[in-house]
Amino acid sequence: MGILEVKGVGKRFGGLQALSDVNLSVAENSVHAIIGPNGAGKSTLLNCFVGKLIPDTGSVMFNGQSVLGRKPHEINQMGISRVFQTPEIFGDLTVMENVMISCFAHRDGAFRIHPFETVAHEADIIEQAETMLSDVNMLDKREMHAASMSRGDKRRLEMAMCLAQEPKLLLLDEPTAGMARADTNNTIALLKEIKEKRDITMAIIEHDMHVVFSLAERITVLAQGTPLVEDTPENIKGHPKVKEAYLGESV
Amino acid sequence: MKFLGLSAKDTRFLLIVILLTLATPIILQPFPEGSGLATFNAGYPDLMQRFAIFGIFAIGFNILFGLTGYLSFGHAAFLGIGSYTVVWMYKLLDYNVIWGLPLAVVTSGLFALLIGYISLRRSGIYFSILTLAFAQMSYNLAYSVLTPITNGETGLQVYSNDPQVLISEGETSPHFFGIVMNESAKLNLGDWQFTFNNGYYFTAIIAIVVFYISLRIFRSPFGLMLRAIKTNQTRLNYTGINTRPYTLAAFVISGMYAGLAGGLMAAMDPLAGAERMQWTASGEVVLMTILGGAGTLMGPILGAGFIKYFENIFSKINDQVLHGWFEWMPDGLEDFIIGLSHFFVGKSWHLTLGLLFMLVVIFLPGGLVEGGTRIWHAIRRDRKPKGPDPEHHPEHIPHVAEKEEF
Ligand SMILES: Nc1ncnc2c1ncn2[C@@H]1O[C@H](COP(=O)(O)OP(=O)(O)OP(=O)(O)O)[C@@H](O)[C@H]1O
Ligand SMILES: [Mg+2]
Repeated sequence: MGILEVKGVGKRFGGLQALSDVNLSVAENSVHAIIGPNGAGKSTLLNCFVGKLIPDTGSVMFNGQSVLGRKPHEINQMGISRVFQTPEIFGDLTVMENVMISCFAHRDGAFRIHPFETVAHEADIIEQAETMLSDVNMLDKREMHAASMSRGDKRRLEMAMCLAQEPKLLLLDEPTAGMARADTNNTIALLKEIKEKRDITMAIIEHDMHVVFSLAERITVLAQGTPLVEDTPENIKGHPKVKEAYLGESV
Repeated sequence: MKFLGLSAKDTRFLLIVILLTLATPIILQPFPEGSGLATFNAGYPDLMQRFAIFGIFAIGFNILFGLTGYLSFGHAAFLGIGSYTVVWMYKLLDYNVIWGLPLAVVTSGLFALLIGYISLRRSGIYFSILTLAFAQMSYNLAYSVLTPITNGETGLQVYSNDPQVLISEGETSPHFFGIVMNESAKLNLGDWQFTFNNGYYFTAIIAIVVFYISLRIFRSPFGLMLRAIKTNQTRLNYTGINTRPYTLAAFVISGMYAGLAGGLMAAMDPLAGAERMQWTASGEVVLMTILGGAGTLMGPILGAGFIKYFENIFSKINDQVLHGWFEWMPDGLEDFIIGLSHFFVGKSWHLTLGLLFMLVVIFLPGGLVEGGTRIWHAIRRDRKPKGPDPEHHPEHIPHVAEKEEF
């Protein structure tokens, strides 16, 4: 049994069958990549895991519990964090405040009324947030307005926000898109380091094969809403079906 | 220096606010009596009371609108509820405001809980419309079916046959343990006259307390969550935060502020009418908050002060006053200037306010506070003009980077 068990998931948007009969099992403490051409349904699949979409058919179990029908914040509190394809951050707040919010959510849960405490006095939260920011090399930007940063920085910030929650399952939707090569390599190194430090499972969508082959232990290839193959990186590399899906060649 | 859990900077800020509030009867009376400019003096008890009361209303409104971005068009309903509560306590017990005011906060809080619970199921314009609908409903109910409670069109007031079970001899108007609200001490210094009114100081001290509370909320994790709701509610949900109770808490707190403000209106003048709940009153607090600077600490207070000042001072400038000012001009020119002024003063004060509001929204999206900050920075830069200023450098980085945004 994997930590994430997806069975027979299907999702239709009007006339478009975005997902059909998707089965997927992500083993605990592994890195599982989901690849496939544009429009294959990868992001749609993640949306079904985090409560953004409810699939028409099938089931999604996390840690033995169904996530379907739960609200996004409940699913997050179960231990699933997600980095979005277009960065979702708090643009009007500073970088530091962005990360602190994750730390508060991790410590205090979905709701806590604390109007007479002071953010500046929360030494533990500040320390955690600073550690997280230094892990992603952003400590020097802590007072910057999040909205004013480059796309790559926003993505790194979002990753820091997700990691600060110490999730059991981290979902990454193209985490290195828009990043310079050096930052991409830093991101790979960071994810590897996190992986070594603590128990974490990652499901990663990525077009950059360098990232995929550096991190993934298993790869699922998705095309037109259905998994084509699932295998180890070595076997995926030369797989004819994969080439076909990506290059659109007919056999 | 730090106190009451505030940083040194906030402590200084609070002290300045306290000082200005306490000195208001002097600050607002800069011109000698009988001089041509005495019209611009605003140190009258009822006007100063209004500054403080609407300041409280706007401070509370800002906790909802300024922090979370949820724009309520129905907060006047809580104002009315607060007033009715206080007048009822006069009728049942006695004129001591100690019974009514805390109860006004509680009743308006309960109503806010109900209205907020329903309205917050939607966001954006739909939320605004729902709050507006609730407030108009309350207004109409107060006029019609609820007449036994509200005394309908006449408005609620104290009658001689009311029970007033705690009343004592000679108690005829609102007071706080014997400190009568409408009594004042007057001080004459040469041509200047200053009025120190009990009611003003009573509301001012409450205003300082609730300002302090809002300052603490702004600096708290709760305040941080509210600001996060304004910038990206989606991210907050996917970060494991249930935003609904946060917005509801903000709504209830701001409703309680409004109820307190309404209660204080009745504490200054023992009347309550349904017109206090009308949508124009709800709109007024929106204008105050935006004019001053939504989401800033001082903004709502400044906005409330500005609007009340215009309403009371510019509307008072009539032909007689204008003649007084311009009589030295040749007749034709004087008539022309006075004719022109008619568009901006007296009954037309709304036009002046409207223009001011447009100018602020267009040129100072951050409100009067932004204007103040800009002037402050300009002065500070003027003072040390030589060479690059290392202190200011970090502030510029975000601006440069903003241009890279797509
Ligand atoms: N909310 C929606 N409503 C309608 N159609 C949608 C919706 N979301 C996705 N789609 C469609 O479903 C298909 C799959 O989209 P999805 O975003 O999952 O692709 P993807 O594999 O993530 O592609 P990419 O690599 O470009 O991100 C696309 O054709 C897309 O247009
Ligand atoms: Mg996608």
